[in-house]
Amino acid sequence: MRTDPDLCFSDDRAGALLERARWAAGAFATLDRDATLRIARAVAEAGFGAALKYAERAVRETGFGVVEHKRQKNELCSRGILEAYAGHDFVGPLADGGRKIVRLARPAGVILALTPSTNPIATLFSKTVLAMLTRNAIVLCPHPRAKDCSADAADLLMRTARDAGAPDGVIQVVREPALPFVEAVMQDARVDLVLATGGPAMVAAAYRSGHPAFGVGPGNAPVFVHESADLAAAAQRIVASKSFDNSILCTNESVVLAHEPIADRLLAAFRSGKAHVCTPEEAGRLRGVLWNADGGFNVEGALGKDAPTIARLAGFPVPAGTLVLLVPIDRVQPEDPFAREKLAPVLGFARVADAARAGAAARAMTRHGGRGHSAGFHGSDEAALMAFAAAVPALRVAVDMPLSQGAAGFGTHLGPTMTVGTGFAGGSALGGNLRPEDLVDWAEIAFAAEASLPAGLAGLDPWRAAPLPAADAPIPFSQGNPPGGPVGGRRAPVPGLDPAPPGDVEMLRAEIRQLVLEELRAALRAA
Amino acid sequence: MLDYGLFRYASKQEVLDKSIRFWNPGKTKFWLDTGVDLVMGAREGYLIHDVDGRRLIDLHINGGTYNLGHRNPELIDALRTALDYFDIGNHWFPSVARTALAEALVAVSPGLSYAVFAAGGAEAADIALKSARYATKRRKIVSIIKGYHGHSGLAVATGDERFSKIFLADRPDEFFQVPFNDLGAMEAALRGRDVAGVIMETIPATYGFPMPAPGYLPAVRELCHRYGALYIADEVQTGFLRCGDMWGWQVFDVQPDIFIAAKGLSGGLYPLSVCMLNEQAGGWLTEDGAAHISTTGGGEVGCFVGVKVLQILERPETRANVRAVSEFFAEGLADLIRRHGDVIVGLRQCGTVIGVEFAHPEGAVAASRGLYENGVWAIFSSLDKRVLQFKPGALMSRALCEEVIDRFDAAIPRIRALTAELGR
Repeated sequence: MRTDPDLCFSDDRAGALLERARWAAGAFATLDRDATLRIARAVAEAGFGAALKYAERAVRETGFGVVEHKRQKNELCSRGILEAYAGHDFVGPLADGGRKIVRLARPAGVILALTPSTNPIATLFSKTVLAMLTRNAIVLCPHPRAKDCSADAADLLMRTARDAGAPDGVIQVVREPALPFVEAVMQDARVDLVLATGGPAMVAAAYRSGHPAFGVGPGNAPVFVHESADLAAAAQRIVASKSFDNSILCTNESVVLAHEPIADRLLAAFRSGKAHVCTPEEAGRLRGVLWNADGGFNVEGALGKDAPTIARLAGFPVPAGTLVLLVPIDRVQPEDPFAREKLAPVLGFARVADAARAGAAARAMTRHGGRGHSAGFHGSDEAALMAFAAAVPALRVAVDMPLSQGAAGFGTHLGPTMTVGTGFAGGSALGGNLRPEDLVDWAEIAFAAEASLPAGLAGLDPWRAAPLPAADAPIPFSQGNPPGGPVGGRRAPVPGLDPAPPGDVEMLRAEIRQLVLEELRAALRAA
Repeated sequence: MLDYGLFRYASKQEVLDKSIRFWNPGKTKFWLDTGVDLVMGAREGYLIHDVDGRRLIDLHINGGTYNLGHRNPELIDALRTALDYFDIGNHWFPSVARTALAEALVAVSPGLSYAVFAAGGAEAADIALKSARYATKRRKIVSIIKGYHGHSGLAVATGDERFSKIFLADRPDEFFQVPFNDLGAMEAALRGRDVAGVIMETIPATYGFPMPAPGYLPAVRELCHRYGALYIADEVQTGFLRCGDMWGWQVFDVQPDIFIAAKGLSGGLYPLSVCMLNEQAGGWLTEDGAAHISTTGGGEVGCFVGVKVLQILERPETRANVRAVSEFFAEGLADLIRRHGDVIVGLRQCGTVIGVEFAHPEGAVAASRGLYENGVWAIFSSLDKRVLQFKPGALMSRALCEEVIDRFDAAIPRIRALTAELGR
């Protein structure tokens, strides 16, 4: 029973979190490369070791995707990312003898990282490993739908980082990520950089925050299969990619643009590659279950679900083991929902006359969304590839690759990431796959170009090799000089300044304590 | 023109003149003579501004009153929201707010059973001393030479005679002082088995934060129990995480029978203090609960602030911040000593409770002024002017801590010159 008025008190958990992150960022930015790599490696390995556990937890909590595929992504986004960048130096000093320039890394500072419900753990792992490689503090802000598994995974990385010598608070997580809270944190002056992976609204909010931000727009990837392609292989790769984690990666194929001369044969290849080609009637039913009346995607029922589940929902049978539902589209225009992004194993299929028409179709389908994202090409005709790549409004075109993985840097030499920049066309400040170099500035020490004047700094390293104080070390304590003046005319030792007395300080303290107690006991006996 | 709506002054000088005329000539002139012409205007976080607009970083924080910053927004919100429904309340009746704060305080004070509220530290000290007398049926109180527990009737008698003799408030027949860190003297004072309680600041603040010798406080407590006296910890400056734990006595591993806390509990917004009692010392609450009364003590709106203060202090982030601030200044001040050993000679530190020792017997007075001129307000220890009280707040940011060290460093030449003027 409540009889009192509803008193509502404010709670500044965000401020507490960010202040802790600022301290961490300040301390982290002093560490040298070895210490940094030790921390990054420990964090990556912890993520790798728990890849399956958090794959299971993410699927259970969100209902999206496939455990085995999430495990693979979690592994790639932990150890995979570390290995991709371990040989690079994001700390410095880096000397460029030819240009007589020495560079010192300046981390961004405090990174606020929004992570999505679709790839909650892989994104969390990848952003955290990138932050650790670059000596940034990271505050993870998971999608509310994935907050529990995300908080748990963040806690694991946090503990691991601390045990590996990272400053306290270098990895933190927002446990109750309500939207107003997230918006407030984004605008807080203590944030240096926002990494937004999420829905368009969230990304737009990140850009409004007034801070440097890397947001990534939605995907809607066209894949052009040219007549020069190995059709069976192409169909197989596309099906594998489209069904990977139930199509929850934003880099997945959205519409197949089939070169007219081979379109029928490609369709046949899809049929024998476990794709179900929908009839117009089935396509109509599918439309009814994939999109809500307001045009929004059916997140609860269809997003990240497998093909048989979606077909069952739509009320038509598909053979067991069906991986993808293929929907032929007459004309590729944004008003056809099947030409839009579908984070479900439902693939549009349209015919195009040539590479130029493929480019035009790609432009048409991305008018609704997905500009600046990804595209695929299958075939050996270089002129066709060049024509398509020049026309398609995507910033990465993966060739003869499953696009889900290839555009995200797995199996290609693109940066391995869960954060795919969509560039100017997609309204993003980030055009490439998020890499460590995006998270640091470099202070450049420039010597005179004139050859006769000297350049130096060889062998110097300004960073700290010694470990930071442990988070559970005793609170700083210094006895100082007792009243009455310095002991024996000498200044009492100051920790960190004077050499510790012989033996361990704690041992010395224990000895003194013992002496005092003995004195006391003697006094008590005398009493 | 300084216009505050209900009153206005033509200038800061007018404030100073009228302050001398109507408020406190001695205090007002003292600071002017010391070169500190501060009249506080706007304030926020750990920044205070003179009414003229000059900005100062506050390392005085009134002994921990502003531990969580000036006008902490969460605390202001707690007070404002509480005022929508509550006022001081009526001390006679049980109260939702007082009960909640009492429960929260007992929860963070192992070994203590009751919270008795008051409006200020001295009143809390009086309750502590009265409770010790009640429990032991003895009258004598032992305290530390240069200790400080406030200015009310009993509390002032425990302290330095500067504050008691002028008002004929010293009571040499009942109140005894012994040197800090001297177990022999303590034992001698207790041996007669006629002492009700020993009251001591866990780290004597006004005396410049001399650190208790290892084992000293637990040994005093052992002596108390041996001779039937109660151990009373004054946690006014050492509580509320300032030493790294909620209470300083936890850091030094001594279990008090009674302890008092004030300043920080008020959030700097609403007067509030508390005397925490164990079962024995709190016996009077059962025998005659109205034996001690305070109309404003534990005012209900203040209790909301107190609950919020504890809530903030219990966040892991706050504890981490205290540690970070402590480590930062341990390193930063050691570096200042390394580079300016002729001026600064030592460091007393337990977490954010810090005393900076100067070479000159009144070096801290020069330092207060030198820092003031360089944008930092830190006060010297009244009872040991070698030592500057250096009290960063629990929530201080890294950027502000860096600024403090930068400003301290920049102030050293001025401090050196002011010290030279003092002579030896």
